[in-house]
Amino acid sequence: MDKRQITIKKDILNANREIACNIRGLLDKHQVRMINIMSSPGSGKTSLIMKTLDHFRDKYHIAVIEGDVASSIDADRITGMGIQAVQINTGGGCHLDALMIEKATGNIRLEQLDLIIVENVGNLVCTADFDLGAHKNVVILSIPEGDDKPHKYPLIFMEANIVLVNKIDVAPWFDFDLSSFPDVIRGLNPEAQLIAVSTKTGEGLDNWFSWVEGMLNNRGY
Amino acid sequence: MHEQSIVTYLLSEAVSKAGKEKASRILSIKLVVGELTGIEKDSVIFYFGFLSKKTIAEGATLEFEYTKAQLRCRECDIIFPKDRSDFICPKCNKKVVEIVGGRELYIESMEVI
Repeated sequence: MDKRQITIKKDILNANREIACNIRGLLDKHQVRMINIMSSPGSGKTSLIMKTLDHFRDKYHIAVIEGDVASSIDADRITGMGIQAVQINTGGGCHLDALMIEKATGNIRLEQLDLIIVENVGNLVCTADFDLGAHKNVVILSIPEGDDKPHKYPLIFMEANIVLVNKIDVAPWFDFDLSSFPDVIRGLNPEAQLIAVSTKTGEGLDNWFSWVEGMLNNRGY
Repeated sequence: MHEQSIVTYLLSEAVSKAGKEKASRILSIKLVVGELTGIEKDSVIFYFGFLSKKTIAEGATLEFEYTKAQLRCRECDIIFPKDRSDFICPKCNKKVVEIVGGRELYIESMEVI
């Protein structure tokens, strides 16, 4: 047979996007919202999730999908609170993808559930490229990481629906410029909301809880 | 970076397309890669060599075409290349930009037999 040329022009991540759309469709059918929490390692994803579960556990049914390269430390902490958690170990992989979430949601009873919180692998780079089927993307940046991160890792901040600046309790000891930070985020992503919090002291968390509640109340059913 | 999963998706798309076209082997694959995807060529080639073993894509060569990062200023509506590390519009000096190019990641075409 002769050599021939085939034109494809198809996005490589299209397969991932299609699975993500199916997941959103399934969640919508069950009136479940899913949020995807992304940040570098150590910014406070797990702490934020624990505070959120504490706050809403009597009001909403919540499940957590924990993504980590290895270990079940985070899922064990959450299971210890009596909340359903599914651990995904990526085995070296630096992000979650839609296929992993599809498998994980297969292990969650969606009936009577209100919210699934996905804790992505700690990484500001790859996580931004993979649609997981979540309804909202949450990005956390903590004070010690520095205020230059949005311009160093723009994609993840452009994909965010809400940006949380965490650890504001230690702001006096760092050079993070909180006054100009809203302009930095608005420049990259005018739609994103911005909240300053401390998961340690609880400062600002009411704003976060209101955002979560607003999202859950606005399910449109 | 996430070249391993990128190559997995790429390979599955290429092999399935070649199968539909009743090709028996893939000789080369041309990829278009945006500068902002951060995809490392050497890493893609490494994983491709490894993951394509015993598939009809084994031994295929990979060609890379890179697209530059392009930004659009939301104030002045001009499009400019991102040739600096910041996101400042060269006309109005404001940092209100969106990315309009450089996130591409697709298979342009492939040569099969």
